[in-house]
Amino acid sequence: MGRALGVLIWLLTIGSVWLFVNGRWWLPPYISEHGPAYDRQFMITIIVVGLSFAAAQIGLGWAVWRYGSRGDRGERAVYSHGNNRLEIIWTAVTALIFITLGLMGQRVWAQLHLNEAPAGSTKVHVVAQQFQWNFHYPGADKNFGRTNPNLVKDAELNFVGLDEQDANAKDDQVVTTLAVPVGRPVELTLESKDVTHDLFVPELRYKQDVVPGMAIKMHFTLTKEGRFELACAELCGQLHYKMKSYLIALPANVYDELVALPQAQFQGRITQLIKEYPLGIKQGAATTTAALR
Amino acid sequence: MEEATTPFEPSAAATEVGAAGTDAHAEAAATAHAPHGHHGPPTGFIRKYIFSIDHKVIGIQYLLLAIFAAFVGMFMSVLMRLNLTWPGHKWTILETIFPLGAPGGVMTPEFYLSLVTMHGTMMVFFVLTTAPQGGFGNYFLPIQVGAEDMAFPVLNMLSFWVTLIGLLVLISAIFVEGSTIVGNTDFVNNFLGGGGTGTLGPIGGWTGYPPLSALGKVAGPGQGAGATLWITSIAIFCIASLLGALNFITTLLNMRTRGMSLMRMPLTCWSWFTTAILALLAFPVLLAAGVLLLLDRHAGTSFFIPGGLVFNDVVQAHKGGSPILWQHLFWFFGHPEVYIAILPGMGATSHILSTFARKPVFGYRAMVFAMFAIGLLGFFVWGHHMFISGMDPRTSIAFSVLTLSIGVPSAIKTFNWLGTLWGAKIRFTVPMMFAIGFVSLFVAGGITGLVLGQTSLDLFIHDGYFVLAHFHLVMGVAAIFGMFAGVYFWFPKMFGRMMSERLGQLHFWPTFIGVYCIFVPMHIMGIVGMPRRYASFQEYDFLRPLDPLVLLVTIAAIVTAAAQFIFLFNFIWSIFKGKRASGNPWEATTLEWVTPTTPPPHDNFGGHLPTVYRGPYEFAVPDAPEDYVMQTTPDAGEGNVAAAAGQGIGQGVQGSSGNGHNGQH
Repeated sequence: MGRALGVLIWLLTIGSVWLFVNGRWWLPPYISEHGPAYDRQFMITIIVVGLSFAAAQIGLGWAVWRYGSRGDRGERAVYSHGNNRLEIIWTAVTALIFITLGLMGQRVWAQLHLNEAPAGSTKVHVVAQQFQWNFHYPGADKNFGRTNPNLVKDAELNFVGLDEQDANAKDDQVVTTLAVPVGRPVELTLESKDVTHDLFVPELRYKQDVVPGMAIKMHFTLTKEGRFELACAELCGQLHYKMKSYLIALPANVYDELVALPQAQFQGRITQLIKEYPLGIKQGAATTTAALR
Repeated sequence: MEEATTPFEPSAAATEVGAAGTDAHAEAAATAHAPHGHHGPPTGFIRKYIFSIDHKVIGIQYLLLAIFAAFVGMFMSVLMRLNLTWPGHKWTILETIFPLGAPGGVMTPEFYLSLVTMHGTMMVFFVLTTAPQGGFGNYFLPIQVGAEDMAFPVLNMLSFWVTLIGLLVLISAIFVEGSTIVGNTDFVNNFLGGGGTGTLGPIGGWTGYPPLSALGKVAGPGQGAGATLWITSIAIFCIASLLGALNFITTLLNMRTRGMSLMRMPLTCWSWFTTAILALLAFPVLLAAGVLLLLDRHAGTSFFIPGGLVFNDVVQAHKGGSPILWQHLFWFFGHPEVYIAILPGMGATSHILSTFARKPVFGYRAMVFAMFAIGLLGFFVWGHHMFISGMDPRTSIAFSVLTLSIGVPSAIKTFNWLGTLWGAKIRFTVPMMFAIGFVSLFVAGGITGLVLGQTSLDLFIHDGYFVLAHFHLVMGVAAIFGMFAGVYFWFPKMFGRMMSERLGQLHFWPTFIGVYCIFVPMHIMGIVGMPRRYASFQEYDFLRPLDPLVLLVTIAAIVTAAAQFIFLFNFIWSIFKGKRASGNPWEATTLEWVTPTTPPPHDNFGGHLPTVYRGPYEFAVPDAPEDYVMQTTPDAGEGNVAAAAGQGIGQGVQGSSGNGHNGQH
């Protein structure tokens, strides 16, 4: 029985490790400047985790294989209550590894969250609602028009409550697709009309809750062109799983032309771009594979 | 031990047979600590089995409640897997059972989300919090420390009945939301916020984040009466857990028998003690949060609801609240809750590993300190559930580093378990198989905390299948393996009969393989980016490559769920037909194995409380006649322990040392 259990533990360990290393399923390719650092830290951590996991399971399997009772009444196990020196060694070693990993794991976070977006970042307001993403662009004047919850009229497509009386609002556009430039810092301001949502683009390596009552800022710089699925990652109600949009990463000049368009043409151009950009990183625009695979 | 002052309990001392005078004196001292006095065995059926104040009956009641809830929760998880794997498939039988939730046999997304919510609530509160602590803790803590009962037996009974009421309220949420008849009654409409939306209750997840959970029907289906009852149920559960925690702590501190110093307690007792402290400090916070949420829903307050919310173009009247406040309160409870679920499993595993390894626990002291370190640190890491919630990012860094450091005591425990097995003579009984399974699963589930605990990495894996896999393995499956180990181990003492070894093995193997096949692939889904709490994955192209894994997980889930019926059959069948158990079938050393009868009599030790002479895990002692020495066996060297405490040597209750014919090997 013991030998069978030992072998099973080893087999399960091998199977588990195989799932992680077979190369068929992994992080999607990254498209952001912090992507490579993220993937490196992820890979280092998975290696540490994988080695610890395998070592513990192999040890467990070995103990189970090796130390089974033979059913002999006279047999005795080793009489030992432990070993303080061993306790100190393994405590110190794990503490060192875990804390080091923990400190390393703050770098990407600090870079994204403890710094303000650089001056001159491209700004977009994100207004989430059950079960739709609205993206509010400031237009050619680069100033966002005033919004007011009392002016929200979904039926008239005023999803964000834009105040048309405000001069800054005249050239603003609101669409349900997020278009941003490549190679230029982007700053999103996230707001929610109703419940908590979460903006998630896997290739971006970024998740951020969108919390009602707060205007949360997030910034990043894209390095690859293409079109990517944008999902809601915080349970927001009945149709949460359908709260989908796209992130279109455009060359800076294409982006500039887009946002200069008058309201009437803006939506049409977005629709056109969705057709031009098949899902994924645009072929030929840049290399796609993650450096660390 | 101090002098006896007023030995008000004569009956225990009077029934003592053949004890030395000094023994009777100390006996009186021990019972004098019992603040409730002695209660005679009840006679009527109702007092004996229903409204019982006997901790053993209450323990079994808790255990049965948890088994019921576990099967309901498991049934829900299978339904979820069916929906995720074959979206849009018509399950005719589902329409019969849930005409509103699955019209035409196809589950609606809101029905799916209510399954998510109810599965989580059912499992976390009524299984993982109930069985390991309320069940085994209740039954065995008093016996293992050598007490006649809990410190407050009536309070103990109340804790169980309040828990049961909590469960009934939770189940009633199914009916107010799932049935148009119940859901449309005046009471439901006027006082509970309206129901009948075809769900099984709320759809906000077991974490119930506001404002989704705070606004009532305007936020969508399942947010009416079902949500009200769900919060009420949790609040009731909090009260029950508080009462239980008080009882555990008092009993353990005040009612230990002669010679049972803290450092001679079995590790199970340490785990129940630590868990009770966590429950005492964590549940009041959730209770307060739940009451505030109810006020937001029904009294027009705005603790968790900010101003300017718009639903269907209508601006809501609430203003000034914070959705993040709820998250802080919830996770201040929620993280310690993880340890409330897993610590008793750790205790049981240590206890059972040592027993069947026939070897003392490796590093007993380190185990105790590690357990306390986990409990303490567990109160300072709740923010790792909230890295991306919008709270101050600098706070996240502090929470993150503390989170990684909690891995250290967890690793110490793992090393010590391996150390216990090293050089052992392992008897592969069913409880031992599950205890070994616990270690394997605890490592597999716990180790990925190193990934999730890093703020940077959380940027991608938060709220996805990676975290789902992590916590299901560690606080779900590992904890449940701890429970199975406990059931198979203690069943002979609880029911006086052995569970079938053969059926037990038949239960273990598919379950152990099954849970690996369910939860390891879920990590991979998380790495690809699969978000949790999605009613369907059909909307997203990037999830398509995962289809084969989704199918694999579902098949594994169905097989594993089916295997649990082997357990259920074995459990029920063995109560009536199992082989009669001897007093100490496993040749274990602790006090539950020295009771005069099996199951133990009403007052556990037949009026003669045992005296303890040594630590709990004295296996393989050189020169001892057997390979185990009971805690109650006096030292051959006469008088070193008890005499030092000024009591002289009493006649310890001799272990009815079994002769090992019951199912080892």
